[in-house]
Amino acid sequence: MKLSTADVEYVAKLARLEVSEAEKEKLTAQINDILRYIDQLNELDTMGVAPMSHAIAVTNAFREDRAAQSLEPGDALANAPDARGEFFRVPKVIE
Amino acid sequence: MDFETVIGLEVHAQLLTDTKIFCSCSTQFGAAPNSHACPVCLGMPGVLPVLNKKVVEYAMRMALATHCAINPQNVFARKNYFYPDLPKGYQISQYAYPLAEHGYIMIDTGEGSRKIGITRIHMEEDAGKLIHDDHNPASYVDLNRTGVPLIEIVGEPDIRSPEEAAEYLRRLHEILVYLDICDGNMEEGSFRCDANVSIRPRGQKEFGTRTELKNMNSFRNVQRGLEYEVRRQQYLVENGEKIVQETRLWDDAQGVTNPMRSKEEAHDYRYFPDPDLVPVVVDEAWVADIRAGMPELPQAKRERFVNDYQIPAYDAGVLTADKALAGYYEDVVKLCGKPKIASNWVMGDVMKFLNEDKKSIRECPVSAKSLADMIGLIEEGTISGKIAKEVIADMYATGRTPQEIIREKGLVQITDEGALAKTVAAIIEANPGQLADYRGGKEKLFGFFVGQVMKATQGKANPQMVNDLLKKMLALRQAQDDID
Repeated sequence: MKLSTADVEYVAKLARLEVSEAEKEKLTAQINDILRYIDQLNELDTMGVAPMSHAIAVTNAFREDRAAQSLEPGDALANAPDARGEFFRVPKVIE
Repeated sequence: MDFETVIGLEVHAQLLTDTKIFCSCSTQFGAAPNSHACPVCLGMPGVLPVLNKKVVEYAMRMALATHCAINPQNVFARKNYFYPDLPKGYQISQYAYPLAEHGYIMIDTGEGSRKIGITRIHMEEDAGKLIHDDHNPASYVDLNRTGVPLIEIVGEPDIRSPEEAAEYLRRLHEILVYLDICDGNMEEGSFRCDANVSIRPRGQKEFGTRTELKNMNSFRNVQRGLEYEVRRQQYLVENGEKIVQETRLWDDAQGVTNPMRSKEEAHDYRYFPDPDLVPVVVDEAWVADIRAGMPELPQAKRERFVNDYQIPAYDAGVLTADKALAGYYEDVVKLCGKPKIASNWVMGDVMKFLNEDKKSIRECPVSAKSLADMIGLIEEGTISGKIAKEVIADMYATGRTPQEIIREKGLVQITDEGALAKTVAAIIEANPGQLADYRGGKEKLFGFFVGQVMKATQGKANPQMVNDLLKKMLALRQAQDDID
């Protein structure tokens, strides 16, 4: 599998990343290096092996449905780039 | 051209837990903005979500109620996209391994009962709430709702008309509320529906191009939105135009759907298993435990009401539409032992008063005990059905018992035949003109005499007795005159 510069542009856009032309070239090469390694792994026969989603063998980690203190009023907004009153403020998302 | 409509619905239901799905913040509606937020639901770096066990249990109830198979192992996944109501940049949902799959519910249609398939039910977190500034290029974000537990119920494209869609939603809604896992409030967004709709020439196997409808916040609007969309698609096809696959918003005021305008890019969610959350393993013992705790479902209750109480299916449908109403009715029946009469009073006067006041049965001032007592008083002849109408209005207005009201207002029925006979005789004497007409063949005037007697007794006369006495005495007059 080989990725093109256009693929890198698409992934960068989905991740809201701005990349320069030089970076695009570099990233395309690096990602293809990683994918070549994955291709190597793909040579192994994994028929009959269930896909693994987690690296640890733990299941069913639950908490009980009991409320605890949320952040103090104002603390939630403390690190926000922009806020107004009790709200976060963002650029308008609909026209 | 004859078209067939194909509809599939996706329902999001907020679960009635006290806390959010992955943190201990309260889920209470209506709190001050951003006051139910913590580092976990705000998506701060380095935090770990921990699953609320009750969310799994509630979701399992719905899965069992809709005949789904519960997956022995299910996994949470990240759905990646950027939007200001989603602080982490991804929504925790389930994708490849949902909680449950392959279920169905039954709906009533014009042509009888029909099975509508349920593709899957999965657990996920809700997003925050956005408020858009009308005057400035800004939106305001409240993250109290972020992380409130949802189940998404994805239906098969088995629905064939907007009417069926509304019926399917009503049934799902009813089940959720009966299970005590969702408050079902559509206006507050506890129960939301998106609809996929397409049309195809009848007989064609392939589906047509579909559109997705959003923003329909009542059963009626779902039906209206779909009806509009079906007409719009038919118009396009008949005029040789193409249907564009897109998301459209229902505009309630205008009664139309419009393409959604959004700055959101093409959707490519790049789902992958969330490494922060370990798989959920559901064994048979857990399923059996949940099954054992399931309440009676609406369909079963309706059938039981018809069989055990011998009331019409229509009555059973009305009485079971609300679980609390069904409970109230059953309390009344247990206390008075008259199922059909109880049904008439509950569906009639009680529901009429409640509807007028926009109140639910939980707020009803007439207790089940009082209503049962009143029915008992009618049955034993203490009050007439007519007087009972007055008594129940008073009971509803004041919350007093029927006994108190009857005693205070002196409403006890007159069943003393001698006294009543005197009144009847006096009424006949006092109306010679009507008497002559009656005897001349105007038999409708019988009702006039009944009315006069009732008026004279302030409605307290036993109606059957009045009828009998009047018939007897009018006949007697006739006989006397014939002799004269």
